[in-house]
Amino acid sequence: MTSTATITLTAPPGAAPEPPAGRRWRTSLESVAIPAGAMLVALLLFGIFCGLAGASPFSVYYSIYRAAFGSWYAFQNTLIRAAPIMLCALCTALPMRLGLVVIGNEGALVMGGLGTVLVGAYWVSAPHYVALTAMALAGMLAGGLWILAVGAMKIYRGVNEVISSLLMNYIAIAILNHLVNGPMHDPSSLNKPSSFPVPDANALGNIPGSRVHFGLIYGIVACLITWVLIEHTSFGFKVRMIGGNLRAARIAGLPVGKISLLVCFLGGAAAGLAGMAEIAAVQGCANESLAAGYGYAGILVAFVGRQHGLGVLLVAILLGGILASGGMLQRQNHLSDATVLVFQGLVFLVILYSESLYGRFKFFQERTHGHQ
Amino acid sequence: MATSESIGWLGVPLAIMAGAIRGSSPFLFVSVGECLTEKSGKINLGLEGTLLMGAMSAYAVSYKSGSPWLGVLAAGLAGAGLGAMHAWLAQLPRVNDIAVGIAMFIFGSGLAFFLGDPFIQPMAPPLPAIQLGNWSSLPQIQSALKISPLLVLGIILSFALYWFFQNTRWGLFIRAVGDNPAAARAQGISVVKVRTLSIMTGSFLAGLGGASLSLVYPGSWTRLVSSGQGLMAVALVIFARWDPRRCLLASLLFGGAQAVGPALQAAGVKSYYYLFNAAPYILTLGIMIFTCSPKRSLAGAPGALGTGE
Repeated sequence: MTSTATITLTAPPGAAPEPPAGRRWRTSLESVAIPAGAMLVALLLFGIFCGLAGASPFSVYYSIYRAAFGSWYAFQNTLIRAAPIMLCALCTALPMRLGLVVIGNEGALVMGGLGTVLVGAYWVSAPHYVALTAMALAGMLAGGLWILAVGAMKIYRGVNEVISSLLMNYIAIAILNHLVNGPMHDPSSLNKPSSFPVPDANALGNIPGSRVHFGLIYGIVACLITWVLIEHTSFGFKVRMIGGNLRAARIAGLPVGKISLLVCFLGGAAAGLAGMAEIAAVQGCANESLAAGYGYAGILVAFVGRQHGLGVLLVAILLGGILASGGMLQRQNHLSDATVLVFQGLVFLVILYSESLYGRFKFFQERTHGHQ
Repeated sequence: MATSESIGWLGVPLAIMAGAIRGSSPFLFVSVGECLTEKSGKINLGLEGTLLMGAMSAYAVSYKSGSPWLGVLAAGLAGAGLGAMHAWLAQLPRVNDIAVGIAMFIFGSGLAFFLGDPFIQPMAPPLPAIQLGNWSSLPQIQSALKISPLLVLGIILSFALYWFFQNTRWGLFIRAVGDNPAAARAQGISVVKVRTLSIMTGSFLAGLGGASLSLVYPGSWTRLVSSGQGLMAVALVIFARWDPRRCLLASLLFGGAQAVGPALQAAGVKSYYYLFNAAPYILTLGIMIFTCSPKRSLAGAPGALGTGE
């Protein structure tokens, strides 16, 4: 477990005692320096990889920077990709705080997208904002119930949530394929079987002055709500208590089952909302492109962002940038589009490795002797 | 599959049987590999990446060297290499093996796609098949009973691994480490060594599963060569209750279930095709719902699995 609560519990023996407030800059520095160092190491390894593949590492770095963060235009591409990732990441991050490892993000996103199409493509007479609200609610409900089922199987039947949510991904994709080839099939979609499109009147627009759709706002708001809910409310305290010590939480009389189901629902609803934004702002209709891997990216973002609302927000933007640089690497450096996958994998492997480094450097240990 | 019309509805069970024989090898190798890994107490969710890496390496080496068996060996070694990375990372303190697995899945598939691009077009020599169906005049039966030597190897392996767990010192070490690492350590067993070797060997086997994809069936290298068999490994092992012999059963079942949709389609059933594709997943989920209990862990599950110990 990597949640912040358990990290303090599993601090290595002999760690410095809790220093007085106001003198904890070394620990704060550690939590910035280690991920930053990991990022640099990942860039270095990736540079070596690109060098071996015959591309100049510095030219590759420059391409990534330019394509991801180099200009407002480029940064908007990053943000468009970050939006579904941060919402999907919450689908793992929230249940993780309870101690449940849910990896059904892709399935919840797909179900959310299907729920959205069901409302958006068929309820065309509704006023714009009514339709959008209904679509968002349908997406959240579909995604939420999908992960709620995972939680219910865990609580009532003891079914391992990692496996069940993984299986549910495949089931969701099968349902998607069945619906877009059968009951929802639009006969005019020849090359790629798709559902009936969501009409333009029901499309999710862009944030004024940008090319970024409102899904980003959904994502940011969801991350902020998660942050406040988990870190700053008594409900969040209960959630963290269940995640930290299930038996203690039971003995304290917490309604573990109800809280777990609610948190699973919220996580699934976030991923469902990602599906809604993908349908209503990007794809326009449901087809196999809906399962584009945002769900799996979200799992990693949740772990790397330490299941923390704000951490997820930042890491999702970082990953959005990596994904956005794919085209540039192909055009400028003549590298395969799979290079982005390699880079993504490397970054996450190194950052996960860096989790083991906390408390290993003397420099970051608080010095209490001068104070006592 | 126009030919199955000539034998009517009989074509459906025959096609399913053929699918089980043809499609079960990758399932068998990844599930036996995952079984070995999980017996030592760690999960490897990254076997999809290992499978793809194995498929690519097997195809590339078979094409370059002209020897498919050298390709099979390369697939295993590529798998073991990824396994070594997983073993190292997943055993670090505070590092979650599930997260590492997903990162390895992305890294492994990225690497396979990256290195495999030049090999999408050329034809590599495939593995020879063992023909067991010559007694029949029906072409369907003849093609159904074309057995890959890798499937034979996998079947032998699944029984050998069971025997290994039950009857050898090392088998006992692995079970001890998987059930109670602290007690194993107290006995003087090196937990890190046992787990590293188990994970690497398991990944070697998953690599062989990749070879059976690119050198047997479907028999070519593309980015879509695997349909998620590696991700399913974890589910198959639960299905098999951590018994390698039952991994064989589970693999035949999953391989056969994959063929249900196409077989019915060939027989004229057009609707619900895609839902039939989900049959193995729904079946696994259903079995888990009926056999699990919130009060105890699954029978046969290694004690340290998923505890982070």
